[in-house]
Amino acid sequence: MTTPRQKMLERWTPALLLAPGLILFFGVIVFSAFRTFWISLHEWDGFGTAVYVGLANYRELWTDPQFWMSLKNNAIWLVVFLLAPPLGLAIALLVNQKIAGMRFAKSLFFMPLVLSLVTVGVIFSWFYDPTFGILAKIFGLFGAEAPALLSSERYVTFAVVFAGLWPQVAFCLVLFLAGLNNLDSEIIGAGRVDNARGWQMLRHVVLPQLKQVSFIAIAISMIGALRSFDIISVMTSGGPFGSSSVLAYQMYEESLFSYRYGYGAAIATVLFAIMLIFIVWYLANLLKNENGA
Amino acid sequence: MYPKPIPPSHRTSRILYMTGVWAVLAIWLLPVAAIIMTSFRTFDDIMAGNYWGWPTKFNILENYAAIFQHTDMLVYFRNSLIITIPSVVLVLALSTMTGFVLSRHKFVGSTLLFAAFIAGNFMPYQVFMIPVRDLMVSLGLYDTYGALILFHVSFQLGFATLFMRNFIAALPGELFQAARAEGASPMQILRIIVVPLVRPALAALAILLFTFIWNDYFWAIVLTQTDAVKPVTAGLANLRGEWVSAWNVISAATLFVAIPPVLMFFLMQKHFVSGLTMGAVKG
Repeated sequence: MTTPRQKMLERWTPALLLAPGLILFFGVIVFSAFRTFWISLHEWDGFGTAVYVGLANYRELWTDPQFWMSLKNNAIWLVVFLLAPPLGLAIALLVNQKIAGMRFAKSLFFMPLVLSLVTVGVIFSWFYDPTFGILAKIFGLFGAEAPALLSSERYVTFAVVFAGLWPQVAFCLVLFLAGLNNLDSEIIGAGRVDNARGWQMLRHVVLPQLKQVSFIAIAISMIGALRSFDIISVMTSGGPFGSSSVLAYQMYEESLFSYRYGYGAAIATVLFAIMLIFIVWYLANLLKNENGA
Repeated sequence: MYPKPIPPSHRTSRILYMTGVWAVLAIWLLPVAAIIMTSFRTFDDIMAGNYWGWPTKFNILENYAAIFQHTDMLVYFRNSLIITIPSVVLVLALSTMTGFVLSRHKFVGSTLLFAAFIAGNFMPYQVFMIPVRDLMVSLGLYDTYGALILFHVSFQLGFATLFMRNFIAALPGELFQAARAEGASPMQILRIIVVPLVRPALAALAILLFTFIWNDYFWAIVLTQTDAVKPVTAGLANLRGEWVSAWNVISAATLFVAIPPVLMFFLMQKHFVSGLTMGAVKG
């Protein structure tokens, strides 16, 4: 027998189950996202009272050369990270064979993915060491002197992005391997009968089937590029002279080191807006697919 | 299968192919190999510029002993465990609950909620820094394990909920109908049907969350300050400032930091890969 009280409890069970998760997610994450925007309209040192200044922080951003530098670097990250999906696909094609030892080789290819970006940053800064690093050795072979990549305003961002690309390629590799596993063998067989080979086969038979996976690999690489922070912090601290900074790093510096929380929040809001473009694009695609399937 | 499988009968081509794969792998893992070798070297070797040659003397024990004796790495390591394990357990429990409700109960705004979880999951988390830090200060949690646990649980819930929702939605619907016909309450359905069936998903999710949280560096430096609560990633970054050119010790410490996620990965590789693809492909 169910008493009215039990009935009542049952009716509310779903809500009770949702409550703790929703409270945390909305209380900490969603609320913070909105509060970032709110703070960006203020002048605030993080301790005292915040003074409302309207859009002054945004106007200042517009004339701040460091902001444009960071934005440009974010764009470089985005563009270079677009290499991750094709490189991941290339390695996936290489290792998608059933040969003794391949399983182990595959897991070794995945490894950069589980290393923390701090680890990756440490390894690569030492790679780039201008006196004894591997780069110096390679240049030495040709009797040339290696450029000090991490202290060169010109090359530093590329040097850091390249390090960040390493785990990102591994991520794309995992995705593409799963995609290759789900290929329709009949279509591949039909392609073979029609004498499709090599590049043709890849372009016209395989890639169309990997459309969904490619889309995800690109989306995830874009997100990864916009989130870049750890590796910059470890390798260069945004230097030299802010030339390797990105929006996320500039926001961190302006807030925690210059105590300009309002200004930092304005930078964060810009980053948020850029990300929103990608999220809307991704959601639109996802919902289209879900409705289509 | 694509590319065309190399048939088992072609022994030479198989051996050649595998040799090629290992050659690519050698370049791919050169950074890891280099850091392992460096963690074996003596400081004299490093000073002499012997970064790439064979070590003149193996200094394995001394280097690794140095990180335990002369640095706080063990404390950081313990801190990381204290932060990571409860966070993972809490996310698993909470996301099973939210994922269950979202996948099996239709209600007004469920699509909106779903979209909010995806959006939150994709945000560059730096966007939340200022308010989250302020929140932790006002809760009195700043510079405690609690701050990191609270943040990680809240943030990872987005990803974990999507993950669990998709997994539970894919379970056969008849099970749930039958249970409801028998008069089982939602709580009983959760306990008797969902929990036993989602074990593989929980395993996959657990290892992913462990890796994400263990490797976090940003929140570690934003929400903690003192060595007593700092996790390994932040500790390692500190170490680099203190041991500027002692690359042998830094390399040993770097490897030490990487041990848990790498170990977890090799032990539960199948779960890791399936989790990553499942999480990414569906969510």
